[in-house]
Amino acid sequence: MTSPQSPAPSPDDREAIITVRGLVNRFGEQVVHDGLDLDVRRGEILGVVGGSGTGKSVLMRSILGLRRPDAGEIEVLGVDALSEDPHDRHHIERRTGVLFQDGALFSSLSVGENVQVPLKEHYPDLADSLRYELALLKVKLSGLPADALDKLPSQLSGGMRKRAGLARALALDPPLLFLDEPTAGLDPIGAAAFDELTRTLQQALGLTVFLITHDLDTLYRICDRVAVLADRKVVVNAPLAEVERLDHPWVQEYFHGPRARAAQATRERNLARVQPQAT
Amino acid sequence: MNASASRQPPSAEADPRQSGLWRLRGRWTLSNAGAMGEVLRSAPEHVAMVDARGVDRLDTLGVLQLMRFARRRELDFSAFEFDPAHQHLVEAIEDVGDDRPKKKRDYGFQAALGRLGFAVADNAGEIVALISFLGENLAKFARLVKQPWRFKPTATVFHMEQVGLDAVPLVLLLSYLVGAVIAFLGANILADFGATIYVVELVSIAFLREFGVLLTAIILAGRTASAFTAQIGAMVSREEVDAMRTLGLDPVDVLVLPRLIALVIMLPLLSFLADIAGLAGGISVGAFSLGIPPQAYLARMQDTFEMRHFLVGMSKAPIFAVLIALIGCLEGLQVKGTAQSVGERTTSSVVQSISLVIVIDAIAAIWFMQMDW
Repeated sequence: MTSPQSPAPSPDDREAIITVRGLVNRFGEQVVHDGLDLDVRRGEILGVVGGSGTGKSVLMRSILGLRRPDAGEIEVLGVDALSEDPHDRHHIERRTGVLFQDGALFSSLSVGENVQVPLKEHYPDLADSLRYELALLKVKLSGLPADALDKLPSQLSGGMRKRAGLARALALDPPLLFLDEPTAGLDPIGAAAFDELTRTLQQALGLTVFLITHDLDTLYRICDRVAVLADRKVVVNAPLAEVERLDHPWVQEYFHGPRARAAQATRERNLARVQPQAT
Repeated sequence: MNASASRQPPSAEADPRQSGLWRLRGRWTLSNAGAMGEVLRSAPEHVAMVDARGVDRLDTLGVLQLMRFARRRELDFSAFEFDPAHQHLVEAIEDVGDDRPKKKRDYGFQAALGRLGFAVADNAGEIVALISFLGENLAKFARLVKQPWRFKPTATVFHMEQVGLDAVPLVLLLSYLVGAVIAFLGANILADFGATIYVVELVSIAFLREFGVLLTAIILAGRTASAFTAQIGAMVSREEVDAMRTLGLDPVDVLVLPRLIALVIMLPLLSFLADIAGLAGGISVGAFSLGIPPQAYLARMQDTFEMRHFLVGMSKAPIFAVLIALIGCLEGLQVKGTAQSVGERTTSSVVQSISLVIVIDAIAAIWFMQMDW
């Protein structure tokens, strides 16, 4: 995993950790994906955007094996994601963390118990005290106070629930992390803090992040590349500067509308402020 | 350090030149938790510094184990050396610090007594809530007379269909079977006295006075109270009821009264059907097992029939209906925002309805008998 100061390897020589080819998803008459191709490279934060109904969540669910696509091939971490072989599924499940939109915490378990669920499931031989310590550490790494460990999900605010969900997603130190609209419903300060957390953890744990978002600030702040879903395919998958230049009506409206311009301006201001003291 | 190169288990060795320096190798990750523990436990006493730059892979558990090792041996963790690639991880974990959650105090026996006390107080509260809810519903029902625009006929008829019509096959089947069972049971005992023919009165009186209504009420308590609680509870947890209130709609008018009226109309009708099915069960058993031909059975039933039995049974039906509807709706309105709460309340509403129905039935039975009705 490279540190931010050393020159990043050119995008083309990093291997693909997720490969999607020719994906087709249909709901009755409605075709959501028609021959969709996508590559997600190791170590990058990929932002996935698209209008409502373009199938961003359906794409994520297809990759995760929660939905069987109507056609296409998907390879995750070197293994066929559509295979029914329990060994293959296990290989992927142990190395993937998912943050669903509202955290999807198990409502009858405390935060700490939630984080321990994957640990108990995949590493049952781990000592109880060690598992507890590890869960506590994950909860704190996700930006929650230690006292949150014993709280029930219903006692947490929306932002805290998302962080708890993130702690559980990272319980097994997975190399691959899926985030489904993590900043939806968060106030701007909370959203910025969550983005920073994602960036910090990505560097610390060497994660590859598949980030579905509508949040322009998130895209400009932390995404290495952006994949745009439109016309039932991925029309572009490249760094932001290249995506902004793409001559596609939806892309132009999304990235050059007033909100996008405001987001860009904020980013430029922040960069100018940060530059003198490099982190 | 290429991560894919070696899959070596975690190991450590003392540096031959510098005493007290310990070098770590291999993968210090979650999948090697056991091996890591062993290596650390077998560390010699004089280890003073750890050099982890030769580690291939390091994850959160690896760092955690090393921190705990440092704390146990009273070594300075921040002096440990790590490969630059792992530096971010170590710093992120060090930044997070040593916070621990506050300890919860839970004295075994005292806590149990406390829970018992709370449960009793809660139950008392539930009864008061139910009585007050009854009052609220009666008042709002009376209000319908003065403000008829509050009445929701479509919702009421919809619930009449769900609660009544859809339950008919179930009620008929179960009542028929219970009627047959009573006939068998009675015949068994009466045969000893050569009084098998009295089975006719047994089934007819038992069913008309008690079992028809009670059985229907219990079936509906299980079927309908849980449905009401789950429907209304799901609405509460999705904030639909709050939305109603802000729009100026009264949830009692919109949700509770249609269900209440539907059940009060349909439960007596269903009880009537249950009575018929139960008697049919008795007739079948009489015809097929007891050698009482249907004409004889029906003739005797007509001779011994008294209207008061039927009225005693039917008079209980509206009371049960009110009970079941109120409990189902009240539990639904008390749901908190979680899936678990909906489940708990649904169970609680079924248990409460069935219990109260049987208790009230017993009280009514004694009362009617004292009054000689």
